[in-house]
Amino acid sequence: MSLETETHRWKMEKGVSGDLIFKGVTVLFAFSILVILLLMIVEMTGESLPAIRQFGWRFVSGQDWDAVQSSFGALPYIWGSVVSSILALLLATPLSVGTAILITEIVPKKVGGIVAALVELLAAIPSVIYGLWGVLVMAPWLQKTVQPFLIERFGFLPFFKGAPYGVSMLAAVFILMIMVVPIITSITKEVLLAVPQSQKEAAIALGATRWEMIRTAVLPYGKSGILGAVILGLGRAIGETMAVTMVIGNSPQISLSLLSPAYTMPSVIANEFAETTSKLHASALMEIGLILLVVTLVINALARLLLWSVTRGAKKGARL
Amino acid sequence: MNTKVKLEDLNVHFGKTHAVKAVTMDFPGNTVTAIIGPSGCGKSTVLRSINRMHDLTPGASVTGKVIHDGIDIYDRSVDPVAIRRKIGMVFQKPNPFPAMSIYDNVIAGYKLNSRVNRAEADEIVESSLKRVALWDEVKDRLRANAMELSGGQQQRLCIARTIAVKPEVILMDEPASALDPISTLKIEELIEELKEKYTIIIVTHNMQQAARVSDYTAFFYLGELIECGVTKKIFTTPEKKQTEDYITGRFG
Repeated sequence: MSLETETHRWKMEKGVSGDLIFKGVTVLFAFSILVILLLMIVEMTGESLPAIRQFGWRFVSGQDWDAVQSSFGALPYIWGSVVSSILALLLATPLSVGTAILITEIVPKKVGGIVAALVELLAAIPSVIYGLWGVLVMAPWLQKTVQPFLIERFGFLPFFKGAPYGVSMLAAVFILMIMVVPIITSITKEVLLAVPQSQKEAAIALGATRWEMIRTAVLPYGKSGILGAVILGLGRAIGETMAVTMVIGNSPQISLSLLSPAYTMPSVIANEFAETTSKLHASALMEIGLILLVVTLVINALARLLLWSVTRGAKKGARL
Repeated sequence: MNTKVKLEDLNVHFGKTHAVKAVTMDFPGNTVTAIIGPSGCGKSTVLRSINRMHDLTPGASVTGKVIHDGIDIYDRSVDPVAIRRKIGMVFQKPNPFPAMSIYDNVIAGYKLNSRVNRAEADEIVESSLKRVALWDEVKDRLRANAMELSGGQQQRLCIARTIAVKPEVILMDEPASALDPISTLKIEELIEELKEKYTIIIVTHNMQQAARVSDYTAFFYLGELIECGVTKKIFTTPEKKQTEDYITGRFG
């Protein structure tokens, strides 16, 4: 009885409706993002339908891309995107993990902070600037110095056959590598910082050197988190449009040689959308967009899952 | 009485904080010495200076000597990595390597500095696990992840990992404080057995534990060594008033 009157006395009268409205508005905002994503998928699927009906699976296996003949096969673009991204990651991962180790374990905190800030600054540079630098500075350098060297020394390998054009798969790989280093480094840094001190001390107390401590305690603990960072980098690389378009040469061919020009999914969309010749052409570009969207969504989901498993693991360890 | 580890005028500073003040004491070989005292008295800090763990802490500085078998481990010519292989450490919370199996955890430290073949590794794993009385519990699942073990088993695994390196001294920093009473009992029995082969220095906030497991006890207060001596004497007829107040539970 008295409890009831007590609670009644403390009941909030003003503000309740305000809270409700506020809550409703935030839910609406958050929900709208989901709706936009869904709408995008629905819309893109709808727009791609003519191409899907016309070509079926031949769209992803075909190599012919001819707007005049209305024959569209996207394999060279898929190839270009996948190969450039994966090679860029192969180069960027050791670079990024090494940088993250330097920041978290090797140098004093202050220096590490400066290095981390500089690396993250790379992420703030607009991609068109990377492209500009790539096409004006890097491509000529590749053409005059790197590629002739590769042809001369390693020309017997199929990967380094052909003429030095400068703009090429190799140029795209390098540009992408530079562009994904910041994201992989900064996430790996967070993952390594999450390694408990007790793990490092365990290794040190066993007589580990600093490097042995990193190898036995730090890296294995952060393994899946680092993998998550790499996959997030893959998502970034595969969707990168501007810089790649400027340096890859935009030629839809499938070649093992890193020296020959190639083409990527985002690049072909950017290059051709304004001048589509037919409805089918536009629809084919839409379908490429749809493939790209689905691939990046899956990649990002996978990366989040891995990163989430790491942070959850850290919490689980802390509860012990 | 042979002295295994000797502290001479040991001081530890963290920045401006003087955490350990001019401590001089002996740790006899093949005995268990307990370090007791209220929280923040510097007992863990003393322990961690005996295998140079403070090297990792930015801002920590150690002066004075820690003499192990006649050698000052803080001498510039001494390699701290080699010291930590002679003077192992077990921590408050069990900290097995979560990405490794039980087997790999035990051999992890040993593998760091010596190449081992399979048979040798098998033998070290088995003898280390037997020594900590864990062998029978895990021999059928040596390849299982170490995190599948209970907290008490994990702590015994960590002790096995430490003795696999073949140290001479084992430092224990409240090794049972995160464990249940039964696991605690097992660890205490283990300590009793281990002193045959090793010199053990254990930090504990549990006075009953100190009385049960140790031969010698050192009481620290506010970074100073107040009193040290045979455990029985410290707990029955302490010389200093502060020691008496602490062990009778008047503060701390």
